[in-house]
Amino acid sequence: MVVEKFSYDNKIVKKFAFATVLWGVVGMLVGIILATQLFVPALNFKIPFLTFGRIRPLHTNAVIFAFVGNGIFMGLYYSLQRLCKARMFSDLLSNIHFWGWQLIIVAAAITLPLGITTSKEYAELEWPIDLAIALVWVIFGINMFWTIFKRREQHIYVAIWFYIATWVTVAVLHIVNSFELPVSFLKSYSLYAGVQDALVQWWYGHNAVAFFLTTPYLGLMYYYLPKAANRPIFSYRLSIMHFWALIFIYIWAGPHHLLYSALPDWAQSLGTVFSLMLIAPSWGGMINGLLTLRGAWDKVRQDPILKFMVVAVTAYGMSTFEGPMLSLKNVNAIAHFTDWIISHVHIGALGWNGFLTFGVLYWLIPKLYKTELYSKKLANVHFWIGTLGIVFYASSMYWSGITQSLMWKQFTAQGILQYPNFLETVTQIIPMYIIRAIGGGLYFAGMFVMVYNLAKTIKQGSFADNEETEAPALVKAQDVFKAGRRHRWLEGKPAVFLGFTTIAILIGGIVEFIPTFLVKSNIPTIASVKPYSPLELQGRDLYIREGCVGCHSQLVRPFRSETERYGEYSKAGEYVYDHPFLWGSKRTGPDLHRVGKKYPNLWHYLHMENPSSMSPGSIMPSYPWLLTNTLDTSTTASKISAMRSLGVPYPEGYENVANNELKKQAEEIAADLQNAGAPAEPDKEIIALIAYLQRLGTDIKGSNSASSK
Amino acid sequence: MSVILILIGFSLLIAIAFLTAFLLSVKNGQFKDTYTPSIRILFDKEENKKFKTDNKRK
Repeated sequence: MVVEKFSYDNKIVKKFAFATVLWGVVGMLVGIILATQLFVPALNFKIPFLTFGRIRPLHTNAVIFAFVGNGIFMGLYYSLQRLCKARMFSDLLSNIHFWGWQLIIVAAAITLPLGITTSKEYAELEWPIDLAIALVWVIFGINMFWTIFKRREQHIYVAIWFYIATWVTVAVLHIVNSFELPVSFLKSYSLYAGVQDALVQWWYGHNAVAFFLTTPYLGLMYYYLPKAANRPIFSYRLSIMHFWALIFIYIWAGPHHLLYSALPDWAQSLGTVFSLMLIAPSWGGMINGLLTLRGAWDKVRQDPILKFMVVAVTAYGMSTFEGPMLSLKNVNAIAHFTDWIISHVHIGALGWNGFLTFGVLYWLIPKLYKTELYSKKLANVHFWIGTLGIVFYASSMYWSGITQSLMWKQFTAQGILQYPNFLETVTQIIPMYIIRAIGGGLYFAGMFVMVYNLAKTIKQGSFADNEETEAPALVKAQDVFKAGRRHRWLEGKPAVFLGFTTIAILIGGIVEFIPTFLVKSNIPTIASVKPYSPLELQGRDLYIREGCVGCHSQLVRPFRSETERYGEYSKAGEYVYDHPFLWGSKRTGPDLHRVGKKYPNLWHYLHMENPSSMSPGSIMPSYPWLLTNTLDTSTTASKISAMRSLGVPYPEGYENVANNELKKQAEEIAADLQNAGAPAEPDKEIIALIAYLQRLGTDIKGSNSASSK
Repeated sequence: MSVILILIGFSLLIAIAFLTAFLLSVKNGQFKDTYTPSIRILFDKEENKKFKTDNKRK
């Protein structure tokens, strides 16, 4: 037996560890600003870059891809090397991965506040950044798979399987959901329209939760929990079953995000059934984690690292029970569009991802610096204020979600809505928003306790870039299992093989197949539904830029409480020209699908300038810049052409006259506003936005919608 | 709704890829031993040395 000397790359682990802490602080800070803006709307200071709609995607992206993303890579780069008894394949690739990922995060932090967004949740970044993500992901994949390939340990530990699943699936999801047609360097339209776009988006969105926030962290759990407790996982057999069952079921559950929508019923039911089945593997994993500590609960009492991990695994169990419950149609009818969902995701994000990251950091940093944690006491303080923060956060959001939903649905004995004014249901829950911000603040304070504690730990320790070690070379002939010779060459390589063939097939298939297929299928099913006028199209892009979709849905569900409040329920055929779809997932404000022609132009003008002038007590921020910014009409022609290539039936050559049409419509609206006494000019952005809002949902109203042409 | 065919296609593709990986790894004996791997990860070469010295110090 040949013993080989080699070293582990600790430097890359350190880099990712610092990055996860840094972006964690940034992401959570933005979260607290957002939470506060919901009860002090003036906190946007009338600055576009600080307004809720634009920084909400900044918060979600920072927390998911920057905080958790770097957390994954930190945990993975440390554990993978040790599980494979091999150094990462290439230091160069490791570093390209690290710096590439940080650059993508910086690009996101710049573009999102500027309003450069696709508006698809957790996939807001525009196409050049999407390409960069794909590139960095492939580099990460090559590095990981080659490390697995040249491992010195025959057995692939279960954590590695979770890492492999993460890589493969995220690659596919990202590619399929990012199919968009560039209009300019920083603007693109989704290839899919309306219902199709919604389905792709939530297939992606759900699986992003599954394969970015869940599977990699389960991999971390299976490595770091046994390490921290210094005892093996309760049942290794169960962990293997957990893995395979989970990945086979997860990918089918996406439609549960679209219950009661215009999606066909059978697809909705399929999503529900698979969501319910998910309880089994999820809880198998949770139980496996918790039972690892059987007979060692005295350790949990003393060790803050284990405390963090136990709460993380418990939060995982709660979220994965709640998720399937929320997929039941009758529960979803209450919870969807409310703060309940905000609570649900934060149990996962703060509890599962956050606390597991903290546990790993407290374990890993002293290891890397060959020292003890500076202060257990401070780690305990962090644990308790963090836990308290989660409790405040979750309970207030459950409370507000259920309260608001019940108010939306409440009818009087006479059969009319008891709270017809949406605003009443908002002012009612503002105290809950305050408590939520306090909860978030506590959790955030805990971060600083950790930063201090880790900094002190680092100061007292000494770090070596490389950790020398040795292990016997892998002797392939020792294979005791009777695999046939023709399988011998594949031995140890299934992961490599799997990853690269999948990607190769996918890229080729997608590029050829999807565009033609989809453009043909975007056939209007309702004759009166017409493409947007050039002005409305520009207005729609402003709606996307300002992130209106973050608080306003465009999907009236077929409930009497909704049709009474908003109007006719939404039909699939109404969205055929919507690239991208703008259904939204949250109603912090009312649904807007039937807002067209509901209010005069002047109402919208004044409302955008200062919402509380029209709706006293409104928590919507002011958008004064829309009244002064001049609409950029230089893009009109290319937008019309792009839409036509996506199947929207604008006549040939229409792009050349589009700006004339745009001006004509803008002047009509401006004249109407001036008649009503507003100092409106036809070339301002507000005119386009009003044109779009007045068009929304009017195509099937039956009334004459000619004025929007 | 034709996009659902694409999604089902991709989902199936992923599932089949994983199924292949599963069958191959079973065949290669990856899951023959469902106990020792869980113990093995607890021992790192470098750590062992450190633990010994740690214990002495205590």
